[in-house]
Amino acid sequence: MYIYDDFDRTLVQERVREFGDQVNRRLSGELTEEEFKPLRLMNGVYLQLHAYMLRIAIPYGTLSSDQMRMLAHVARRYDRNYGHFTTRQNIQFNWIKLKELPDAMADLARAGLHGMQTSGNCVRNVTTDQWAGVAPDEIEDPRIWAELLRQHLTLHPEFSFLPRKFKVALTAAAHDRAAVKIHDIGLRMHRNGAGETGFEVIVGGGLGRTPFIGKTIKPFLPKRDLLSYVEAIMRTYNQYGRRDNIYKARMKILVHELGAEKFAGEVEEEWQSIKDGPLALDPAVVADIAARFRYPQYELLADNPSELARAREDNRFRLWLDNSVTNHKVAGYAIVTLSLKPEGGPPGDATAAQMDTIAELADRYSHGEIRVGHEQNLALPHVAQRDLPTLWRALDGIGVATPNVNLISDIIACPGLDYCSLANARSIPVAEEITRRFRDLDLARNVGPLHINISGCINACGHHHIGHIGILGVEKNGEEYYQVTLGGRADDSAELGTILGPAVPYAEIADVVEDIATAYLELRARPGELFVDTVQRVGVDPFRERVYAAR
Amino acid sequence: MTSPLQQKLKVTGPVVVTANRLGDGAVVYRAADGTWTKDLAVAVVVTTTPAALELLAAATTEKVAVVDAYVAPVELTTQQQVLPGNLRERIRSSGPTVALPGQG
Repeated sequence: MYIYDDFDRTLVQERVREFGDQVNRRLSGELTEEEFKPLRLMNGVYLQLHAYMLRIAIPYGTLSSDQMRMLAHVARRYDRNYGHFTTRQNIQFNWIKLKELPDAMADLARAGLHGMQTSGNCVRNVTTDQWAGVAPDEIEDPRIWAELLRQHLTLHPEFSFLPRKFKVALTAAAHDRAAVKIHDIGLRMHRNGAGETGFEVIVGGGLGRTPFIGKTIKPFLPKRDLLSYVEAIMRTYNQYGRRDNIYKARMKILVHELGAEKFAGEVEEEWQSIKDGPLALDPAVVADIAARFRYPQYELLADNPSELARAREDNRFRLWLDNSVTNHKVAGYAIVTLSLKPEGGPPGDATAAQMDTIAELADRYSHGEIRVGHEQNLALPHVAQRDLPTLWRALDGIGVATPNVNLISDIIACPGLDYCSLANARSIPVAEEITRRFRDLDLARNVGPLHINISGCINACGHHHIGHIGILGVEKNGEEYYQVTLGGRADDSAELGTILGPAVPYAEIADVVEDIATAYLELRARPGELFVDTVQRVGVDPFRERVYAAR
Repeated sequence: MTSPLQQKLKVTGPVVVTANRLGDGAVVYRAADGTWTKDLAVAVVVTTTPAALELLAAATTEKVAVVDAYVAPVELTTQQQVLPGNLRERIRSSGPTVALPGQG
């Protein structure tokens, strides 16, 4: 966990007081909606179809058990007993009342939580690998750098009114679990030939109406230069990014229209003028941030304790262990993923009761720490392997031990037309129906790792472009239709999916997914060939024939 | 999608004026007495563009009670019952089409 100091606490509390005053002035009529809207957006407050929605940042996906309890409290007291974990390591409450927002935010602030910069044209929540600090395949803990960026970019006066929103993600692992190539700035840590670690800088990624995979403009940036180089990128965007057309205002458009090389040249010129100034990182500053990340006092334990071997005789436990438990960098420990994708349930939602129990289990089994991943699942990052059987029973008891992580029913989905004022079509019932179709875990395991991403509109909050199977809701003559893409991926080999064919009506979309899965089982070269690799090998035509032959 | 707030108004059937209540965001409809109601059955229904514009103009003079007023389609049944005119409005009127977590 990162330990916030008085400066952080004061900043959040001052913002709560300020926003409380703004809310009161709006309710009294002193502020018009035109005046108030940008102020509420700066605090993560949207007006959706039925109510206000409050988005809370979970910086780099790290949450303490006390913070989780506070989220449960807010869900219970101010909302309808649940919250929705998003694809950007945030949580959203869907039924907040404006008149109660100041109280809800004051409560959240007591746990160090806030909605600052979770919306509006500013730098959004900096995200990273949900297994940061415990993943065996990482070079170092990327959260130190995420926190550094968070501090630098929070209320940064130069970047509070950007042309459009701005998203930063970073990873330090061999396998990219943070989808860095679909962010405005993606940072990937590498070790160079001299053994030093630094950042590959990727820019101009993003989804939405005009999707792009980011381009590398700096293969290796020394750590001391992180802030100055990011500053140079943002100044370049702030200067040249379009403000006349909202659809062309994201940095990805600028990078595309200028070309990555010319964009990089502009950044380089700016960077040369500031790189040795105050933004050059003092190692003592970095060390101070690193020191405020507290790690558990791990016990000296061996892998595969006897408790585990005995428990594996239980088939249900074994299925969960093989699916949802991952190696930890410390012997005798494990990372446990909690599936928020129950059969027939909305992806990413957790009830207040589940949150409270997860907090309690985190205290008991994970040194009080919880992680939130962009796949809309949670994780307990520090679990002793000997505790896994007991933990599993508790997780199973609250419905977050479905052994479907990374399988076809582990669906990423936006709230869609059931909640969102921008959506054209529903996402949640489509996801729920697909999970019912693949409730047979033998079938789901046979299909293997397969990511379905569903967005209810072209804004792509469900990241459909990078789903192995992407589903985009569209509206045709007042009816919901769904356009399907295949072969997208968000990992190291990030690619945008290819459109399969004409959109299909709501009643047929789950059938189409079943047809695609069946076709894959026939087309794959061998049982171990991943769906996305089969699509890459054979293209979308054989899937297209299967799906549209009968339609 | 293009928000109903941004769409050019062209009335081809029965419509009402709807908005979200400022204090809690609840979906409300313009009633005959100039107040706002959560009950679609008592909303004022008009069928022409001038009438809809007049209703909307009156509604948008209110700066505190509601937010984002716009004209929304409705259907009238043979018994003159007023129903939301499309899926978006059905969801606004009745809530999400899926069970809320913990309440399914």
